[in-house]
Amino acid sequence: MTTQAKKPPRVGLFVTCLVDLFRPSVGFAALRLLEDAGCVVEVPRTQTCCGQPAYNSGDRADSREIAINTIRAFEDYDYIVAPSGSCAGMLKKHYPGLFAGDREWEARCAAFSAKVHELVSFLTDVLQAKTVAARVETSVTYHDSCSGLRELGIQHQPRQLLGSVGGLSLIEMQEADVCCGFGGTFCVKYPEISNAIVGKKIGNIAATGAETLLAGDLGCLMNMAGKLKREGSRVEVRHVAEVLAGMTDTPPIGGRA
Amino acid sequence: MQVTSPQFKKHTRAALANPHLQQALGNVRAGFIDKRKKAVDALPEFDQLRDSARDIKNHMLDHLDLYLEAYEAKVRASGGYVHWAETAEEARAIILDICRSAGARTVTKGKSMITEEIELNDFLQKNGIRPVETDLGEYIIQLRGEHPSHIIAPAVHLTKDQVEADFRRVHDHLPPTRDLTEHESLLYEARRVLRPAYFDADVGITGANFLVAETGTSIIVTNEGNGDLTQILPKVHVVVASIEKIVPTLEDAAQIMRVLARSATGQEMSVYTTMSTGPRRPGDPDGPEDYHVVLIDNGRSAMLGTEFQDMLRCIRCGACMNHCPVYHSVGGHAYGSVYPGPMGAVLTPSLAGLAKSGHLPNASTFCGRCESVCPMRIPLPKMMRHWREREFERGLNPATQRTGLKLWAMFARRPALYRFATSVAVPLLSMFGRRTGRFRHLPLAGGWTRYRDFPAPEGRTFMQQLSERDAVTMQGAK
Repeated sequence: MTTQAKKPPRVGLFVTCLVDLFRPSVGFAALRLLEDAGCVVEVPRTQTCCGQPAYNSGDRADSREIAINTIRAFEDYDYIVAPSGSCAGMLKKHYPGLFAGDREWEARCAAFSAKVHELVSFLTDVLQAKTVAARVETSVTYHDSCSGLRELGIQHQPRQLLGSVGGLSLIEMQEADVCCGFGGTFCVKYPEISNAIVGKKIGNIAATGAETLLAGDLGCLMNMAGKLKREGSRVEVRHVAEVLAGMTDTPPIGGRA
Repeated sequence: MQVTSPQFKKHTRAALANPHLQQALGNVRAGFIDKRKKAVDALPEFDQLRDSARDIKNHMLDHLDLYLEAYEAKVRASGGYVHWAETAEEARAIILDICRSAGARTVTKGKSMITEEIELNDFLQKNGIRPVETDLGEYIIQLRGEHPSHIIAPAVHLTKDQVEADFRRVHDHLPPTRDLTEHESLLYEARRVLRPAYFDADVGITGANFLVAETGTSIIVTNEGNGDLTQILPKVHVVVASIEKIVPTLEDAAQIMRVLARSATGQEMSVYTTMSTGPRRPGDPDGPEDYHVVLIDNGRSAMLGTEFQDMLRCIRCGACMNHCPVYHSVGGHAYGSVYPGPMGAVLTPSLAGLAKSGHLPNASTFCGRCESVCPMRIPLPKMMRHWREREFERGLNPATQRTGLKLWAMFARRPALYRFATSVAVPLLSMFGRRTGRFRHLPLAGGWTRYRDFPAPEGRTFMQQLSERDAVTMQGAK
């Protein structure tokens, strides 16, 4: 008796512009996690950015064009996965509104957006992963990035998988679910306010005594890493995917090569 | 409505450098966030109640004209007067007229944001009428000649020490040994001063949390009982309310009240819920001889049918600002508007114009915490984004911002160009930052590097590295 092998899911990896440009390690960690979980992963080369800088600045025309580019690049995959709650939220929750009233694109976008997932919640909620194989000797604290948390409901998933990483201990910080002050262009438009917010955040991080700070969004991570470094902190900052994939040989974000 | 929002950036710098304000803002978490959470967690049906509250107000807004007319008819039937004011100016004139007819020299006031919006106190004072705020928080800021920094906790920007100093300055008959450090002792002292004012006042002015169309009733919720005395003791009671305060029935008001106090202060109910329907009737033990309602539009009807209509569901609980990281950092005065925080960032441009208040919908990280706690499920970040869209369409945002954005978008829309440009720029930037892995200064990134280091790119882009890896794999396969 033979059982027909289930066809592996074809996943299009939306790398995100920040990972592509600043932290390729996260992209490779995402590839490993998805491939280890049995996916066939492709990386369409015509992807650029999800369009949030334009969208959140009120520029709908450019947002729409960028969205069309993304949808064209990814609509044929079974799933579209991004190592970012913020970009996945943009693709999943905000793209559809850009095409209201355009029958063709409304339908294409709806089909596309339904297949979009953030990486860690894709592993747990869609692929039903309960554990990862990694072993990383460190103590970590985890920051819940806002879009992932409030638009996509990502909170227990990364903690569940981190709990399976050998040698790792998780110490929760106070107000893990409060914004880090990044906010995309907000952090350069209102740098004083952003600084005050991230200042509180790194106080909460330091109070845990954890060696490593993790989160699922590179924008927030670069903001917190930048502030920690400026304040002379020795806390290492990484994307959660790097730890889940056991790929921690690279220097931390903002760290020395 | 006067706004100083164009100076938002200046205000925020001052606010961040003000140690008293920063100390006072530190109390918001324990004072509001934790209490709200406890109250909400204790009510399993809270989210269903939010849905129901939203639906009630949506229904009302879809039929606002009918409910307003029904309400007016009921108020008239109960012997009260209804006045319609399209603008703040009209509202002030109507209220002054009522006060003059009553020969008023002193008016007591319950806490009301709409009277702040129409700048009633200054106007009455200029016309020889003394307005006395009877809510403790409002009383404190009136002593200081300030405006509220929060819609339900007007003096939340002050520390206990500051309040004590203000009381000592104004209540100068008190012996220095008299304790003024506790809320109760301040309240007792304020009451001692306010009691005679209740009897002096010829007119009592309150706002309204709800106007009930079914019965012609106005409802206020308070914690100090000052509202009751304000509306019962003087000869004339004036209710000042904006038109979206209408709810169809008493049952509807009761539904929304279940989410109001929990969201605002973490109480199941406010201490006092006071309903008034018309003037004193024969046989009533108390109540005013005349009962007036001033219904104010002041820009609301122009929001109907637009993407900002949902904002008219707001019940002024303050949960959005209590949970806002920007509000926590700079406090309410920095916004330069009667309405601070996320709700103010949406409402102020509607009332005062976008040209004057463009900073407010921009000064948000879009963290979404406001929407996640809003009892009326108002999509605040979405509406702030709509204001940014209007701003962009009208070319109101700074030229440098627009140029930068357009340049970036030019690349983001063209994958081949984008790939080429990033494959040149990123390795270069990475090389410059190799030694430390970060930049302390970076041209054109001063907003970032003034307070933070800027992490350097790891090396070549992910796409470059992936192409090389795939090329190697393909060679291996040959």
